[in-house]
Amino acid sequence: MLRVSIPLRSRALLTGRLSMAALLLGTALLASGSTARPTVERVLDNGLKVVVREDRRAPVVASMLWYRAGSIDEVNGLTGLAHVTEHMMFRGTRRLADGEFSRRVAQLGGRDNAFTGRDYTAYHQQLAARDLATVFELEAERMASLVMQPEVFAREMQVVMEERRWRTDDRPRAALFEQLYATAFTAHPYRTPVIGWMNDLENLTIEDAREFYRRWYAPNNAVLVVVGDVEPEQVFRLAARHFGRVPARTLPRRAPQVEPEQRGTRRVAFQGAAQGPFLMLGFHVPVLRDAERDWEPYALEVLEAVLDASEVARLPRVLVRESRVAGSADASYEKFQRGPGLFVISAAPSEGRSVGELEAAIRAEIGRLAREGIAADELARAQTQLVAQHLFQQDSMFTQASRIGHAEMVGHSARVFDRFVARTRAVTAEQVREVARRYLVDDRMTVAVLEPTAPGQRKPSLPPRDTRHVD
Amino acid sequence: MWTDRPGVVPLLLRRMLLPLAFAAQAQAAGMAQVQTWTLDNGARVMFVESRALPILDVAVEFRAGSAFDPAERAGLAAMTQHLSRFGAGGLGEEDIARRLGEVGAQLSGRIDVDRAGFTLRTLATRPERTQALDMFARVVQQPDFPLPALERERTRIVTNLREEATRPAIVASRQFFAAAYGSHPYALRPLGDADGVRALTRDTIVDFRRRFYTGVSAVVSIVGDVSRAEAGEIARQVAGALPAGSVRPVPPAVPSLPAAQVRRVPHPSLQSHILLGMPAVSLSDPDYFALLVGNHVLGGGGFASRLTVEVRERRGFAYSVFSSLQPWLERGPFQVSLQTRRDQTDEALAVARSVLFEFLAKGPTEAELASARRNLVNGFPLRIDTNRELLDLVATIGFHDLPADWLAQWPKRVERVGREDVLRAFQRLDPQRLVTVVVGAADEPPPAPPLPHQQQPRLR
Repeated sequence: MLRVSIPLRSRALLTGRLSMAALLLGTALLASGSTARPTVERVLDNGLKVVVREDRRAPVVASMLWYRAGSIDEVNGLTGLAHVTEHMMFRGTRRLADGEFSRRVAQLGGRDNAFTGRDYTAYHQQLAARDLATVFELEAERMASLVMQPEVFAREMQVVMEERRWRTDDRPRAALFEQLYATAFTAHPYRTPVIGWMNDLENLTIEDAREFYRRWYAPNNAVLVVVGDVEPEQVFRLAARHFGRVPARTLPRRAPQVEPEQRGTRRVAFQGAAQGPFLMLGFHVPVLRDAERDWEPYALEVLEAVLDASEVARLPRVLVRESRVAGSADASYEKFQRGPGLFVISAAPSEGRSVGELEAAIRAEIGRLAREGIAADELARAQTQLVAQHLFQQDSMFTQASRIGHAEMVGHSARVFDRFVARTRAVTAEQVREVARRYLVDDRMTVAVLEPTAPGQRKPSLPPRDTRHVD
Repeated sequence: MWTDRPGVVPLLLRRMLLPLAFAAQAQAAGMAQVQTWTLDNGARVMFVESRALPILDVAVEFRAGSAFDPAERAGLAAMTQHLSRFGAGGLGEEDIARRLGEVGAQLSGRIDVDRAGFTLRTLATRPERTQALDMFARVVQQPDFPLPALERERTRIVTNLREEATRPAIVASRQFFAAAYGSHPYALRPLGDADGVRALTRDTIVDFRRRFYTGVSAVVSIVGDVSRAEAGEIARQVAGALPAGSVRPVPPAVPSLPAAQVRRVPHPSLQSHILLGMPAVSLSDPDYFALLVGNHVLGGGGFASRLTVEVRERRGFAYSVFSSLQPWLERGPFQVSLQTRRDQTDEALAVARSVLFEFLAKGPTEAELASARRNLVNGFPLRIDTNRELLDLVATIGFHDLPADWLAQWPKRVERVGREDVLRAFQRLDPQRLVTVVVGAADEPPPAPPLPHQQQPRLR
């Protein structure tokens, strides 16, 4: 980005959707022309899909290896297993000692880490583009040759349990979110948390983790995404050289586990050590399946922006500033999911207002939106904000790689982003009203309430006895 | 939900590395340099032309952080910054938000102990940026501080402060800064406390604003798809109307701690939150480089650093464990931070202290040191590979008045850091003055005072 050797205004580095964004924002950017270098992809003989996006702004690269293996692939009693397996991926292979993977990347001045979600597990490195071959070599090694040692596994389980305490158990709002999902879903595995239930973590065995790794860590269940200062053909060659040796495997059957239709409001209360109450409303909504035809997910994204994309959006304007029933309020929705979608509105009542008043106010606002729809300027503003955010995300190679990988994990190619601006701009006010009317309704709603326990009343919450002296 | 291993290089530390990284890369790759100039009112401008994306990032920051709060009005600096967007230049908060939203621009605020300021991200194309900069210029230069917004935000902030006061991490941080900084304003949380915020009036805010939001105190940073001439106009537009002011305010010097302190606070959390440390370093300190490289070995260097290996990898005591330096205008803190199951609090604390004392006594090995230097130098490009990071970088350069040659010398100074330098620099972290905070399990006896390092269990 700073190299003077880059021709000025080198729009060639950008994809077509950038110019589209500019056009739709009413600017003259299109005049600078778009000879975009598209994101390119290739599938190796063993089924590994490789996706490459050139971004020559800096001599660095973001490399991410995504496995279609997340908490959605866990079974009863073994929750948290996908994430535990992620932790073990750093702790030794046939040729790499415990911790050597990260040390090798660090030696190159790189960063590495990983994350696990409901639908996937992703391993990522950022480093100088010239060192890409090294991380391919390391990733291919742990794709094929992970070695789990019992004593290392036992210690890592302690780390993971600390992570659960840190991430969820000592954060009442995080614990409430866990309860929301556990209540909104009954049959679908989204009901369990990615980190896993504590009692499952206490009872996971090394054999469970080895089995999870054997089942899912195959090249034909993975997508390699590279964004950066690279030449695609060379990336394909490197990928073939390092990953091509890993044989494809037959993947286990995946049951659809369709969530039965919800009929009637569900409610859950959770007592946590907090000062004030907190409220979450979750609604079952569609996600993007048919990238060509589905319009509802795009309308839901616009709805989310109408509700909370700025200070002037509905939730902050009506609930925080006008009626002052809420201290904070926001909405969230993700259209890229392997499983069913949940549109979530979260809010804290302002001091002196009850959580019941707040819930009534939110539902009243949703009702008004479903009845009266949204104004033309509200729609335009929400669309513009979504389109601008989409453009701003191109500032980061890591973010670009994350978005591509995420889409790939749920069955969409990077091309889905090429249509983002047009699909977002095509959403009408009537469609926004329609998705609110269809989906943000009582029968599809789960209400989760955090009930604060006063500091003087709460008992010290010690861990269960059997976790207290494990080592 | 995303579960991630926590970034073990703390954000603030990373921020401080940015200027350094930039210099080296700029030198090495013949990249465009930061261009700087000064407005008539004394505001310093930092500009990097970046043409690859049609994005413009602008920040205006002042020496107006919480270090300048009066003790009885903790939260004044934060409120002054926060409230500026809720009505400015004759426009109400809704007008401002609407006009920013119409062009997809994002306005955010920043407050820490030293700095208060605003950041704008907008499309760089002319119609969009013109409208966005118009709003930004009003927020930066002409806030109206309408009373209804003040009343509402005061209530919201007090509620938030009371809520966060229930969190063990916040309790631990408050205790640490109170112990490490005593009556120095760095002891206060930048967002203030409930009593201070409740007492804020419009007059105090207007007065604070008048004293601290001045040209001589301002740094304007611009990164993006505009020319030098356009950047000149933008700088004048967003900061040129500020009153010049007279002197740049400076926080008081941080006194040294007289003795070690141990604070244990009972809390019902499942984990104990542990903090160890003391005031340590400013960015202009000559030992900064030795501390930076040494800390990388000790606990700032990710999974290879000693604290992570000993506390997490070998013993499974914690998910997140690291050490950090925050080089503020005056001596910012060195901190070791970890969280562990409450019934093993003392064991984990003992290990962390052992690792720290061993390091203070013996320093890094040559191999560790070489590895840390290599990681810092080779990792430079990653610290400047987004415009956002660049903006933070140039803002920090400007804010700390770093001389250009200091930047150019940076890689050499990292390369030059030897074992003896680290040992000597870390002598300022005297175990006899160490602050220890434990929030969580408080029923156990306080840990024994530090032993001479020869008696510590050997860990490596």
